[in-house]
Amino acid sequence: MSAPLIEVKNLHRYFGAPAKPVRAVDDVSFSIQPGETLGLVGESGSGKSTIGRTLLRLIESTSGQVLYRGEDLGSASSSRMRALRSKLQMIFQDPYASLNPKMRVKDILGEALQVHGLAKGKVARNQRIVELLELVGLRAEHASRYPHEFSGGQRQRIGVARALAVEPEFIVADEPLSALDVSIQAQVVNLLCDLRDRLSLTMLFISHDLDVVEYLCDRVVVLYLGRVMEVAPTAELFSRPLHPYSQALLAASPKPDPEQKSVHIALKGDIPSPVNPPSGCVFRTRCPHVIDACASARPELRDMGQGRFKACIRDDIALVTA
Amino acid sequence: MKPSLTSPDPLRLDVRNLSTFFDTDEGLIRSVADVSFSIRPGKTTALVGESGSGKSVTSLSLMRLLSRTDSTQVSGQALFTNRAGETLNLLALPEPAMRRIRGNEIAMIFQEPMTSLNPVFTVGEQIAESVRLHMGLDRAAALAHALRMLELVEIPAAAQRLHEYPHQLSGGMRQRVMIALAMACNPTLLIADEPTTALDVTIQAQILELMRRLQRETGMSILFITHNLGVVAHHADDVAVMYAGRIVEAAPVRALFASPQHPYTQGLLACLPAQQRKRELANGETRGKRRLYAIRGQVSSPLAPPPGCAFEPRCDHALAACKEAMPALESAGPQRVARCILVSEAAPLVTETA
Repeated sequence: MSAPLIEVKNLHRYFGAPAKPVRAVDDVSFSIQPGETLGLVGESGSGKSTIGRTLLRLIESTSGQVLYRGEDLGSASSSRMRALRSKLQMIFQDPYASLNPKMRVKDILGEALQVHGLAKGKVARNQRIVELLELVGLRAEHASRYPHEFSGGQRQRIGVARALAVEPEFIVADEPLSALDVSIQAQVVNLLCDLRDRLSLTMLFISHDLDVVEYLCDRVVVLYLGRVMEVAPTAELFSRPLHPYSQALLAASPKPDPEQKSVHIALKGDIPSPVNPPSGCVFRTRCPHVIDACASARPELRDMGQGRFKACIRDDIALVTA
Repeated sequence: MKPSLTSPDPLRLDVRNLSTFFDTDEGLIRSVADVSFSIRPGKTTALVGESGSGKSVTSLSLMRLLSRTDSTQVSGQALFTNRAGETLNLLALPEPAMRRIRGNEIAMIFQEPMTSLNPVFTVGEQIAESVRLHMGLDRAAALAHALRMLELVEIPAAAQRLHEYPHQLSGGMRQRVMIALAMACNPTLLIADEPTTALDVTIQAQILELMRRLQRETGMSILFITHNLGVVAHHADDVAVMYAGRIVEAAPVRALFASPQHPYTQGLLACLPAQQRKRELANGETRGKRRLYAIRGQVSSPLAPPPGCAFEPRCDHALAACKEAMPALESAGPQRVARCILVSEAAPLVTETA
């Protein structure tokens, strides 16, 4: 195994008063290999967006480390961080909110080039902007338009072009499809796949849409209430989820096929508050397989072989295939 | 004779040629055009479409919740059969009669439960209001009824929740309260407009299961408006697919997923990653590296619709004739209709998804 491009070690991010913090991210560790697409799945409040932003230091971590090619981003100076940002980019969820409505597309893309000193000179810059637009399936004449002149799918393409303008190695895509209609989602998924292969990008793909994650990702990290429940290669996770939460999550996602009867695992109740998470395993209050021991100690992420890890003390539960 | 999905039983709701146009400064917008569909008693009809397809405007038109200004033009019929067996045209009823139906015979739940509950009243008061109005119960009896409703929708500690405000509840709990409110007068038709879109999948599964149980117990019909084809596959009996304000295909759910007839329905199903995988497994291909099928382009502006079929600019099967006139909704097999000249020419389309 080669050296990971990104390594996350014991990442914590707490919000609010230190006495009673919201534990948005609570001791999360994982790594991403060069060229790999890692999926980060979980429901709202599981901390997936916070992790994505902490990775790029758009928000600071409370403790823990994020290493890029072995370099600790947390201790990088702001000028060093600015230089590193040309290698680490982000695609945001809402293509309406993430583009400045007062800037033309060429200025949105040009700003990224200018900040990082790429494609210097007017001619070179304009040429690069046209290249970028064509890369994401837009046309040269789109450069002088404003964001409101585009549909949601096209805006997301502009967001992708902006991320790619600085020739990054690593992209965090935070729910890039959830604001888009189904038929447009497929266009953007294809675009991301093509670009990933052509530019050999490494990607952290954050999503709650398990079908897209299964399609796009090599490995998946399943989060619940700021903690990692399970890590597994995609095919293994979807055919044989080990953690009771992964099992329930997969079972709850309705398959677009009336003939495929889904296994019902009813989860009782709501996600607990991250201010006051349950002791021991955070999933125990909703887990159908809970035993007394689940309350006493926090389950460690254990190596289950074949690249699989799970944070559950029970190995005797019946496997439910989704 | 127009083809329709009618069965021998009387229909709960029979919508015929519903059109809703908005006269705006930029021009006439045909949000809903010539929409006909029906809902059988005790069954669920799903209205599927992407944003701007007119599915929500259809439901608001049926409930007559669109603001009554000169610029809104609604035409057509919506024949509703009430508890007493009388058939009424919802679009022609006087307002007082309509008010007796809303929240009583026909109830509605919306996508965002926070904006559809009143933040300054307790959930108990809000449920009690509708039963006092429609069932004539006094305050104490109405609150007792509200409590039974909260228990019906499986809200834990219902007696305590009765006196809480919407902001004190989680998203899933709020949607349960919305359902309790809708169920309070034992409606015969529930209109659910994207009821689970704002919820997490595990909570969505709980809410869908609850709706299914209530339908089994009360025999109500459901009009389920959604863009989620996974939910449609498991919770609808009949499906109508809308595109640019028109129904392009309608069929029983299994028939629709097994052999979609309209190119738009075919595309919509084919572009789902799950369907892609199913095809790969069926063809014995290795997973992953094939491209997803994508419908090219985007929906035309409602201000400048194409002259012929609305889907023609994006359709892989388009012919010259598609540009000339909007195709009619024609029979496409038992209990099915489709709006495509290729279907009506009886030459079965070769489909990737079949």
